[in-house]
Amino acid sequence: MRTDQRRAASLVRRVVLYIALCVLAVPFVVPTVWMIASSFKPLNEIFQTPPTLLAARPTWAAYIEAFSFQPFARQYVNSVYIAILVTAITMVVSSLAGYAFARIRFVGSNVLFLVVLVGLLVPSEVTIVPLFQMFKGWGMINTHWPLILVTALAGPCVLATFIMRQFFLTLPAELEEAARLDGLGRPSIWWRIALPLAGPALSAVAILTFLSSWNLYLEPTVYLTSPELFTLPQALTRFTDAYGGDMWNVQLAAATMTVVPVLVVFLIAQRQFVEGLAHSGLKG
Amino acid sequence: MTAPTLVDTRGATSVDVAPRGPRTSTVFWTAARRDALTGYLFILPQVIGVLVFVIVPVGLGVFYSMNDWNVFTGKMQFIGGEHYAAVLSDPQLPGVLSATAVFSGGVVVLNIGLGLLLAVLLNRRFRGVTLFRTLFFSPVVVSVVAWTLVWGFLLQDNGGINGVLEAIGIPGTNWLQQGSTAMLAVVVTQVVRSVGINMILFLAALQGVPGELYEAARIDAASSRTIFFRITLPLISPTLLLTAIITIVGALQAFAQIAVLTEGGPGLYTTVLVYYVYQQAFAFNDIGYGSTLALMLLSFVLLLTLLQWQLRKKWVFYEN
Repeated sequence: MRTDQRRAASLVRRVVLYIALCVLAVPFVVPTVWMIASSFKPLNEIFQTPPTLLAARPTWAAYIEAFSFQPFARQYVNSVYIAILVTAITMVVSSLAGYAFARIRFVGSNVLFLVVLVGLLVPSEVTIVPLFQMFKGWGMINTHWPLILVTALAGPCVLATFIMRQFFLTLPAELEEAARLDGLGRPSIWWRIALPLAGPALSAVAILTFLSSWNLYLEPTVYLTSPELFTLPQALTRFTDAYGGDMWNVQLAAATMTVVPVLVVFLIAQRQFVEGLAHSGLKG
Repeated sequence: MTAPTLVDTRGATSVDVAPRGPRTSTVFWTAARRDALTGYLFILPQVIGVLVFVIVPVGLGVFYSMNDWNVFTGKMQFIGGEHYAAVLSDPQLPGVLSATAVFSGGVVVLNIGLGLLLAVLLNRRFRGVTLFRTLFFSPVVVSVVAWTLVWGFLLQDNGGINGVLEAIGIPGTNWLQQGSTAMLAVVVTQVVRSVGINMILFLAALQGVPGELYEAARIDAASSRTIFFRITLPLISPTLLLTAIITIVGALQAFAQIAVLTEGGPGLYTTVLVYYVYQQAFAFNDIGYGSTLALMLLSFVLLLTLLQWQLRKKWVFYEN
């Protein structure tokens, strides 16, 4: 009798927990679902009352218009190539610097590490005003250079260097000693011993950097003026008609194309994403 | 949560094994010197990057803040502290600072509260726990602009949220056109997108609480509320404090959310400092004043970071 009561109480508690979680999940899940669902609606269905989730007459029209209204394919390629390039450069730069700060003894390494850490403290929103003038002086306004250089060498790269250093500090010294006795130089040790062991840290760095670059908004808004140079987040906000009104269905279709590939990769490689982004929470 | 340490923990043994060359006065490039040179070369790109793209710009920002620069004629004139005086008499600044305070405060309170609630609810084994963790974390990987656009769409006067409210008999409102609801909208949009990170950090902290403490409390017949407030909360409070500061610093940098959802409006209601900096420097082309405001933003961030480092020291002390 008593165990029955206890079992019933635990069942009730479990049901309450599930209901609470489902209610809490609404603002986390519904916007994304609604975005995808609405992107297939014709414009007159989008603001229908009462609102419906699924389109009565699903259509690809908004997707087609996204590509004809702006050079969206080009903008997509811009975002992809910049993110890949930035991620690749960051992985090399940060693993080199992180390795040296953790494993090589040289005069001034602590001071230089503090100098690098300054890059973590100063938000990019602060430096963008003078950076704009600097890039203007170098004739790099309305090119992708500012986005690539600043993201790949400052900002997210500094966080990456910090993560890599923390990781290399944990490597056992014996591994390197053996390699050095075999006559391997530092570059070979970095490439053939340290990097292959740094898989988890490198994937965290890669995810973090890719997302930072993919999501950049202030920088492209400030540096780029030609639509064919835009990156995706910037392009998303430009789907407006001649009167400045939002073309919602086209915007939602473009947003869906921006979000869904990343979401799919996230669902496949969840653990790496969570580890990588938790590092960004530790920043500072 | 493993705290990244700033202390140099390299063991001397690991580095000193470099086979030293014969110590004759003729050989300059000993193995140790060559090794050090490699070290400098390895860090060179990163150090140059920080110097050119962070430290020089901050210096330039200080310089700009002391000059009046007409970007159209290209004339620059030294004016000393005039921009700083202008900050004090800027009639819009009190509104901007209070919007910044309300936004950051709202974000931190909601983010920490919700993050803790989610972590506590999901810090147990039951069917579907991984799915729920994934769901709550998923907005973190969604592009800020896309996420904000969708919320803007749902918050329209004739949008989904009002539609649903109307369907269940509650009159909606024009969320983005009224000061208080517009602020609420940007806060909620920001919190829902980013709370997943805090949830993960809190989950890690909760799992770090030693199980024996809970067992002991249960033997003493402590209620679960007592256990939470007397054991869990004090033990994870260091994480709470640090996360709170990191969250405020993040909120101070929230630009895209504001730019896409409200453009600082209505009026100045959601014009936070970072958006005001952008307006002054890039919309009104006032480089000098924009730089001055940017330095103000930097000083806020530095103050908070300093506070965080102090607290982290204290935390390490408690752990010992």
